[in-house]
Amino acid sequence: MRYLQIISITLLLIILACVPVVIEKDSTINLFILIFLYIALASSWNILGGFSGQTSLGHAAFFGLGALATRLLWIKGFPVLPSILAGGLLAVIFAMLIGVPSFRLKGVYFAIGTLALAQILNVTVGNVFPTIAALPVEELVAYQLGPRYYLFLSLAVVVVAVAYLLVNSRLGLGMMAVREEEDAAESLGISALKHKLLALGISAFLTGLGGGAFAYYHVSYYFQFPFTPIWSLDMLTMVYIGGTGTVLGPIIGAVFFVVMKEFLVLNVGEYHLIIFGGLFILVVLFLPGGIISAWQLVRNALRRQAKPGGNKPALEKMG
Amino acid sequence: MIEAVAQNLVFGILLGALYGLAAVGIAMVFGVTKFLNVAHGELLMFGGYASFWLFKLFNLDPFLSLPLTILFLLLIGVVLYKLLFVRMVKLPEEEKIKNTMLIGFGLTLILQNIALTLWTADDRGITTSYSGAAFTLLGLRFPYVRVAGLVISLVCLFALQQFLRKTYTGKAIRATVVDWEAASLVGIDVHKVYLLSFLLGTSLAGVAGTLVLASFSIEPSMGMHWTLKSLIVMVLGGAGNFMGTFAGGILLGATESAAAFFIPGNYRQVVGLMLFLLILIFRPQGLFGAKER
Repeated sequence: MRYLQIISITLLLIILACVPVVIEKDSTINLFILIFLYIALASSWNILGGFSGQTSLGHAAFFGLGALATRLLWIKGFPVLPSILAGGLLAVIFAMLIGVPSFRLKGVYFAIGTLALAQILNVTVGNVFPTIAALPVEELVAYQLGPRYYLFLSLAVVVVAVAYLLVNSRLGLGMMAVREEEDAAESLGISALKHKLLALGISAFLTGLGGGAFAYYHVSYYFQFPFTPIWSLDMLTMVYIGGTGTVLGPIIGAVFFVVMKEFLVLNVGEYHLIIFGGLFILVVLFLPGGIISAWQLVRNALRRQAKPGGNKPALEKMG
Repeated sequence: MIEAVAQNLVFGILLGALYGLAAVGIAMVFGVTKFLNVAHGELLMFGGYASFWLFKLFNLDPFLSLPLTILFLLLIGVVLYKLLFVRMVKLPEEEKIKNTMLIGFGLTLILQNIALTLWTADDRGITTSYSGAAFTLLGLRFPYVRVAGLVISLVCLFALQQFLRKTYTGKAIRATVVDWEAASLVGIDVHKVYLLSFLLGTSLAGVAGTLVLASFSIEPSMGMHWTLKSLIVMVLGGAGNFMGTFAGGILLGATESAAAFFIPGNYRQVVGLMLFLLILIFRPQGLFGAKER
């Protein structure tokens, strides 16, 4: 089973690595890039929102800071990769500044508080950098999609790998313990604040890297754009659609999110967001564990049929 | 100088009354049902559009068409409740808040884009015979429309307070807030109480939308702004005390105006948010809320 997993993942990566060689259509490559970016963002958000259970509505701040630092450094002439790293670091610095006061807030107040923090940055950046971040001509001439494709692919792989390692580690288990019952976790010697801060730091760093990659990819956008709250909402939406607190859930959610939106844009045009909103509500109502829980539901149903009367607790949990 | 500051404060307070009214709506729903309806701003936007089209098509004055607007919002409220929110009633509190918030985000997308496709992204405002008129008191200008906004907000608030204090149904709502299990044991229909509170919230959104239209203008993406303000004011004022919530709205409006006056650049929103965060962190029960337990 384990070997099977490793082989299939390797195969998948090889196929993905071949995509730009085989496919020449720019729009397809762009779609893949979008999927990778959203996988990375959803998985990063999930580390704080899913593993440690702190629903953040402020991740646009980390994404935006990563984009801002990267863009400014890169345009100044710094190499791209260190610039992106600097973007991630700036996001971590901001996260550590706001971490302790933010974690005084619980549950929905944490969500609203982080939304307010991100809005403060959003408005301030809009005031300080009211212009469009355009590329200098020489960069525009040298612009190629190929390297960007591999950058986003590696970003998605790195973020998912971090999430995977975390889920199976002592640190990740600590985060989940804090999510389930803070007081109980504390009584077992797990510092809730420490674990939340670590989750926030890792999550912010990876989101900042995503912002950096975004700044390297997008030709021109308003400096303020990556700070707008829609980014935070998108991350949350993808994770909830896929399934919170799992490694696979955010990936499924991101792929569903991008492909579904693309499909709706092409087929229903201006109504696409209305239908998408409806789909999202349906998931929240009928699949509270996300798409990934649909698989478990099917498996449980099959098992129940094979063994009449079994599996009562699973049924109650879903109901 | 002093006069300019005072004038600014007047406008801030009048705007703050609208923040307060919007927030009382969201707080009413949250306080009783623990539904965090983040689509409240979109409901407010729909109220504004209802009022706008009644004015445009039938030449009905926005203040006179208020009952029709409220009726429209009641209809939307019933549909949303019966279709979506009723399924959340039995969830445990934490999950209820989270799931209704998620449903609210979905609704935000839906309602905002319905408005966008039906009525375009244009800014909509109305001009009545009294639109620009104002009276002067102590050398300060008071536009009639905005003062009317303050007065109507206060009337709504007073009526709500009397309803909750004096009537049987109002008492049932308050009992449900304290302990819904005990309330249902003594024969209160908790479902009805939830529906009623939800509808009170949506109708207040309708009133607020009308007032925003009368004093300013409306457009499809305004909802997020008003939801955020309402949430901020709700937390500022502290839950369970509508006069406190309303006062929080006035405070936010006044602070923003002062900030806009003294700080160059467009930082009024930032100052309001900072105030909010500071209070959230150092006085989580709100400015006027009692300490929990």
